[in-house]
Amino acid sequence: MDISTMTATELGAAIKDGRTTAVEAVRQTLDAIEKKDKELHAFITVDAEGAMKSAAEVQKKIESGELTGPLAGVPIAIKDNICTKGLLTTCASHILDNFVPTYDAEVIIRLKKNGLVTVGKTNMDEFAMGSTTETSYFGPTRNPVNPAHVPGGSSGGSCAAVGSGEVSLALGSDTGGSIRQPSSYCGVTGMKPTYGVVSRYGLVAYGSSLDQIGPIARNVTDAAALLQVIAGSDSKDSTSAALKDYDFMSALKTDVSGLRIGIPSEYFGEGLEPEIGDAIRSAAEKLAKAGASVKEFHLDLIDYAIPAYYIIACAEASSNLERFDGVKYGLRAAAYDDLNDMYKKSRTEGFGPEVQRRIMLGSFVLSSGYYDAYYLKALRVKNLIRQSFSRAFADFDIILAPAAPTTAPELGKSLADPMKMYLSDIYTVSVNLCGLPGMTVPVGKDGMGLPIGMQIIGDCFSEKTVLRAAYTTERLLSEDGEGR
Amino acid sequence: MAEQITDETIEYVSILAKLKLDEKGRQKAKEDMQQMLDYVDKLNDLDTSKVEPMSHIFPLKNVFREDVVTNGDGREAMLANAPEAEDDQYVVPITIE
Repeated sequence: MDISTMTATELGAAIKDGRTTAVEAVRQTLDAIEKKDKELHAFITVDAEGAMKSAAEVQKKIESGELTGPLAGVPIAIKDNICTKGLLTTCASHILDNFVPTYDAEVIIRLKKNGLVTVGKTNMDEFAMGSTTETSYFGPTRNPVNPAHVPGGSSGGSCAAVGSGEVSLALGSDTGGSIRQPSSYCGVTGMKPTYGVVSRYGLVAYGSSLDQIGPIARNVTDAAALLQVIAGSDSKDSTSAALKDYDFMSALKTDVSGLRIGIPSEYFGEGLEPEIGDAIRSAAEKLAKAGASVKEFHLDLIDYAIPAYYIIACAEASSNLERFDGVKYGLRAAAYDDLNDMYKKSRTEGFGPEVQRRIMLGSFVLSSGYYDAYYLKALRVKNLIRQSFSRAFADFDIILAPAAPTTAPELGKSLADPMKMYLSDIYTVSVNLCGLPGMTVPVGKDGMGLPIGMQIIGDCFSEKTVLRAAYTTERLLSEDGEGR
Repeated sequence: MAEQITDETIEYVSILAKLKLDEKGRQKAKEDMQQMLDYVDKLNDLDTSKVEPMSHIFPLKNVFREDVVTNGDGREAMLANAPEAEDDQYVVPITIE
């Protein structure tokens, strides 16, 4: 059986029925990676031996009836900032290029319990800082739809691996759009859950108040199935939330009757490629025809989201990345005068330019004399932005937005102007500042054949509403032969 | 008007950031930071004098638990990641003469 075009839940069902096996699925996945990844470079590490061994163990447990979940035996790729015991975890940085975690992240523990098989670790922007996967120490990943273009970032490797068909599932992380934007660029489905729904234990921290792990998949059903595996409260993450209902699969219904959908006019004005706006409006019309009420409205303060976001994210990054000092793990400079010099040289050699830029800015906004003017100011503005979204969610159940102002840019065109790259995060960062769930679904292609994604944003803990809207969108578009 | 970044500021911030920038790096950092501060200056359009800083979206409280060891001894695996180790300990440059 050829698994290359199957969704993860189809593959899981086929393994359960005995039409194929976990071992065969992993073997075919490794073959696909072998064939495609030389050009694509979605993976930093492929764990062929470990994956074959786990697949054999999982297959036994499926046959004995011990593993019965819908994703048991399905191969999965993991972003390289999520700790995997005994398997290299580099954050795509020179400073961690030999780091082997001694424990599994909580999400990895949950994947193992449910019989998913990790086949490798995916490429990303260094420490998740970037929007193109070009800041990786190991070199860029290419877009699976057009290799002359970037896959987006920072979870570019995970999205490219799913988009190319190397795997049907991957985990990414999203601090300012790092799942939703590359999902849009690669034509895949990705979700950033509400802050706290998925444990961050074992995720190498970038901006701790913003970071969230989420699923990347070929369709909404698979994303919901994977979310159901990884979500859950965790005593090892003090910001973890306990939900009453984790049955995300039950939200997969073609039903938007009475759903109140808001379209912020500010998100569809200047700066957005017209083809993207058209594709999203066309999807919104279909939702309206299916019974949703769709209205344009004014969302306040969107111009202030990026400055507030970069101050907060860089402040938290500068603090979180203090731990990389060349003592307990990671790179240590070869020659140095004393302890302080060893710290400085190790960090300067180990971190790339974008990471250093953000550490410098973060150190500045937290320094005495500037803390109130920059850091506290940004936290006050964050409060105002949250209030603006709360007002919107009094009138609407979900908000539709682009995931990025353009489709995937060409390789090599983005890093020269960091400011321009930061500004392209306009549609995604507010969701992180406000802790909201956001999901990207493919809604079409531009004139060059590059994918266009639509972002569906819900209020905190409304994952099921977001999934239902995403599922309905996917159905309506596929009935009309659109979407992908 | 945004804060003007001087050579002294960059020197001070690189001490805080524990980075050793060469002359070219310092110049680049100065330009980058100035550009960023000019941009984020727009936050001052907003009167936030009556707005509380919001560090977390949800009200957080301390999570307490008994201080019981639940993980095993990972000494060997942890030291395997150390750039330099000796006698089951991390080796660092001399800190006290």
